[in-house]
Amino acid sequence: MDDLSDLYQDIILGHNKRPHHYGELNPHTHEAEGYNPLCGDRLCIQVREKNGSLEAAGFTGEGCAISKASASIMTDAVKGLDREGVAKKIGEVLELLTGRDEPVVDLMEHGDIAALAGVRKFPPRVKCATLAWHTLAAALSEEPRAVSTE
Amino acid sequence: MTSSFPIDRIRADFPILSRTIHGKSLAYLDNGATSQKPRAVIDAVSRFFSEENANIHRGVHYLSMQATDAYDRARERIAEAIGVAAAREVVFVRGATEAVNLVAHGLAERFQPGDEILLTVMEHHANLVPWQILAQNRGVILRHAPLTPEGEIDMDAYAALCGPKTRLAAFTHVSNALGTVNPVVEMTRLAKQCGALVLIDGAQAVPHFPLRIAELGCDFYLFSGHKVFGPDGIGVLWGKWNELKSLPPYQSGGDMIERVHLTHSTFREPPERFEAGTPHISGAIGLAAAFDYLAGVGWDAMHAYEQELLAYATERVGNLGGIRIIGQAREKVGVLSFTLATAHPHDIGTILDTEGVAIRAGNHCAQPLMEFLGLPGTARASFAFYNTRDEVDRLVQALEKVKRYFD
Repeated sequence: MDDLSDLYQDIILGHNKRPHHYGELNPHTHEAEGYNPLCGDRLCIQVREKNGSLEAAGFTGEGCAISKASASIMTDAVKGLDREGVAKKIGEVLELLTGRDEPVVDLMEHGDIAALAGVRKFPPRVKCATLAWHTLAAALSEEPRAVSTE
Repeated sequence: MTSSFPIDRIRADFPILSRTIHGKSLAYLDNGATSQKPRAVIDAVSRFFSEENANIHRGVHYLSMQATDAYDRARERIAEAIGVAAAREVVFVRGATEAVNLVAHGLAERFQPGDEILLTVMEHHANLVPWQILAQNRGVILRHAPLTPEGEIDMDAYAALCGPKTRLAAFTHVSNALGTVNPVVEMTRLAKQCGALVLIDGAQAVPHFPLRIAELGCDFYLFSGHKVFGPDGIGVLWGKWNELKSLPPYQSGGDMIERVHLTHSTFREPPERFEAGTPHISGAIGLAAAFDYLAGVGWDAMHAYEQELLAYATERVGNLGGIRIIGQAREKVGVLSFTLATAHPHDIGTILDTEGVAIRAGNHCAQPLMEFLGLPGTARASFAFYNTRDEVDRLVQALEKVKRYFD
């Protein structure tokens, strides 16, 4: 089935098997826990901010292939960005995953993030893909707190 | 047994079983979440609305009397089907969850700080959270019986947890996540020795085997209609007459009163005391039709067929590489829970769905059980008597597809 191959692209399966930046990030300046009560996915995102930009990001937790791959891709994508850049990136990804209009996915522009767009054909799984990004936004908000996608 | 069980005829009784999902014929293996409805139930509900609909216990007109009679008869038919002598001990509720809440609410005042409620770690959230709220409000201590590695209640631990402070024992008859059939008669006996009240959650038991509830020895037994091939929004709380009679009203308003004055009222006896407002009349009629249908199929034949199917599924799925069956109790019904080494349950669920195979993935509303087992969740295939070996084979083929992606 084509839709399924779009969801479980090699990029996603690769990040799931060998997630990037999986593990505690020490030291870190911000962290938040994200939880999806529907399926039990639980992610902890940690970042280290230095001189106004994200020097590093890491994650731990339990989740499906989509939520893990999304977190892994995110830790690559936000590295080196300043606050404005991170906010823009989060907005772009959420638009890509949940926007009303079918997105124009540009592999050159989006990189591995493009692989996440396959989730659009599987509405129950969209929350798996957005969890890491919502959690990062929470980590960077003034008061770190647990976020829920429900 | 399989050869004599008229499976083709039975499947034809369930209209939804012939539909397709993503172009594939549906293999519905999510019966633990909700069951499908036979034509007999759909027709009973439809006939009520087409020909008999009126409010009950109100009108002197013909339709109202007919609807009242149909509602009362539904209660009697259900009482007979579940093996209780008196229809007045059968309270209609929205479902198992409301039944537990009704009892917890009604018993709350009786608890003193330091009293204990004995539960198990395998309970559905519906049989945990109402007791947690009661415990917080009344200073009650909650105890939880642990499980053996096979997923059975550790009965030595259970006996040790029953004590002079145990005022109530509440446990499930069948685990929704593991399929374990608990030794409810023995558990009831142990709790009763301590003078505790006993409540049994039968939501996952009633759909699978014949029951004589009055013979179990418990004080309360409850289940949801939608899991036993009836409509959603209707369920049953059975209670011993004296226990029901001692409970205060849960909700209040019309239908549950005797006399209403401006400042006070008197309440009717059970079951009406607990059925404030217009009840789910069509639901009760549909649920009674479901029990009539099941009696026609034959409970013993149905149970034997299902047990053979579960054994077949356990063997076929268990033989796949990387599969771990979660819940290996000696006595099980209806449920095959498993994990796959390489794929998360949620990913398994999505891929199976593309093959038309419907299962449940996740924590099954039993987060403490998953924590106890050290698992984020499981994939759960749950069976009814209308499922087939062919559907089990399709489950296995779909799992092979999951493995092609993830192994």
